Parts: sequence; structure tokens; C-alpha cells
Amino acid sequence: MTTRIVELRRGILKKNDELAAGLRERYGAAGVLVLNLVSSPGTGKTAFLERTLTALKARGARVAALVGDLETDNDARRLAASGAPVRQINTHGICHLDAEMIAKHLEGWELGELDYLFIENVGNLVCPSSYDLGEKIRVALLSVTEGEDKPLKYPTLFNSADAAVITKMDIAEPCGFDRAEALKNINEIRPGIRIFETSAKTGAGMDAWLDYLAEERAVL
Amino acid sequence: MHELSIVSSIVDTVTESVAAYPGARVKEVRLRVGALASVIEESLQFCYGIATEDTPLAGSALVVRILPVILHCEPCGMDVELEGVQSFRCPRCDEPSYDLRQGRELEIDSIEIEEGE
Repeated sequence: MTTRIVELRRGILKKNDELAAGLRERYGAAGVLVLNLVSSPGTGKTAFLERTLTALKARGARVAALVGDLETDNDARRLAASGAPVRQINTHGICHLDAEMIAKHLEGWELGELDYLFIENVGNLVCPSSYDLGEKIRVALLSVTEGEDKPLKYPTLFNSADAAVITKMDIAEPCGFDRAEALKNINEIRPGIRIFETSAKTGAGMDAWLDYLAEERAVL
Repeated sequence: MHELSIVSSIVDTVTESVAAYPGARVKEVRLRVGALASVIEESLQFCYGIATEDTPLAGSALVVRILPVILHCEPCGMDVELEGVQSFRCPRCDEPSYDLRQGRELEIDSIEIEEGE
């Protein structure tokens, strides 16, 4: 009997990382800006995305969306009302989207004919942080009803985000939302991040968000 | 809850690697996990026992080494280690930094195997 140590030094999510790298290359070659939207369930990702898709289409942009949920195609039907092509991904119990699911659901779509592709992740602030989907921009969303310390409780997601969106600003006051505290906490976890304070209901803050998207699209 | 997918991936990788050593028994699997990897060791250990049944990893131990976050601090001109993940500032000069040098790792470092004969 001999004991041997075998060095592996291998990423556990290597398969996903490799698939994501392939997707990133495809998105880049096609000139489409891809965003991965991550938040808790109930933050308002779908409402925010509905408003974003409709507004981008009105600006003449070509947009599409993939939306992940454990079950139902309710969100896809809501988003499709914007007129954009939308596909639902049902994970059947899996708590996050992975690169393989994205690759599978992109089949048949001509990426070169898109300016923006939005991926609405499964509502979960933990697991989606580990899975790269090849996106250019990871967006962490937080609603005013969730508590200003959410970034401190879920640092992995907020630290890995490229942009942060605060949703439901129209009800910030009745919720006793401490705006300064929330901004401070986001910045503490992810120094220098762009933060957008929005309301999908009133449209407040949407222009700054749409301008940001256009800027990012322009430098692809 | 993605610990089970992580453990399944560990089982696949290790099974592949030990195929090169016929008859070998896996004694230990050592992981390097960054403090920001959002993986809970207790859940990993719990899933590990179940997921390794009837595989070459059955009965092996899972050893998890947690790596602290290391940031590069521009003003100090050096890499600095953070004590936690609640504030991404240099502990020396208090300057915020997003230049992460360690903390997101999720990898199998090595395995210890026992070869027969």
C-alpha cells in the first residue's frame, strides 16, 4: 500500500466556466450586449425588465430576453407583451441558471440580429453568483422593501456585480427606506459600482439606466 | 442549495482522475474555497456523504480550506488580506478597492489516494 497525493488544481465549475467563455465569445462576435439580472424573489426583476424592454424597443433597439424560473411560463408571457422575443427556462428545482441552459435556449436565435439580450435569473441571491453565463454585465437588484443591509448579507453577489439597481423607489418613503444607508452598504461591498434608483411603476430613474445600457453597448 | 451540483462535479472530476490509478482508493479530497465562493461547508459535507456512495470516492474525507479575500491596495502598493467580507477596504489605509486577488476560488486542490500492491 502506498499513499500518493495527486495535485489536481481544477476548478469545480470548470465545465460551466468553459461553456460561459464560449458564450462570451459568441456574444462579442455578434455584437450583442448581454446582461444577467440577479435578485431575491419579489424584488421586481420582471416588472423592471418589462419596462426596460418596452423602452429599448421604443428607442429602436433590437432586444430579447431569457427568463429563468423553477416552474411556470408566467414571466415569459408578461415579458412577451413588450413585443420582444422571450424564452422561458424552467429549471425544475435547480436554484440558478447555468451556461448550458443558456446555450440550449439560444438555439435558433440569430444573435447578430440583437443589440441587447437580457437574462433574468432565478430569484435567488446566493447560487446564481457562482455561475457565469458569459454575460458582460451582472446586475444585482434590490428593492426598497428588502432592507438596506442586503448587500452586507449577500456580499458574494453584490461584490461580483457590475451594476446595482434599486427597485420600487416609488414606495421608498412608506417603507421607511434609508437610501443613504443602502447606497453606503452597496459601495462598501462593491466600491465604485454604478447604482440606479428606479421605479418600474412611475418610470423614475429609467432614463439613466437606458443611457447606461446604450453607453455599454457602444463600447462592445 | 447548489452544494449538491458542486459535489456531483467533484465526484465526476475525481473519478476521472483516479481512473489513471487502477485499484486505488480515494482517502481524501482537498478543496480550496474562497471566502466569497458562497458555499457552505456543512452543506458540502452533508451532500458529500450521499453523493460519493457507490463511487471511487466512497468513504473518503472532504477537507475544505477557506481562503480569505485578498485585495490589491493601490495607495499602499501591496496585496492585503481582509478579515471578513463586510467591507472591501484596505485594512492599512481604509481605501476602498475592487481589485480582488483572491476569494472566489472553488477548486479541487489535490486528492490523496492509496494504491494497492
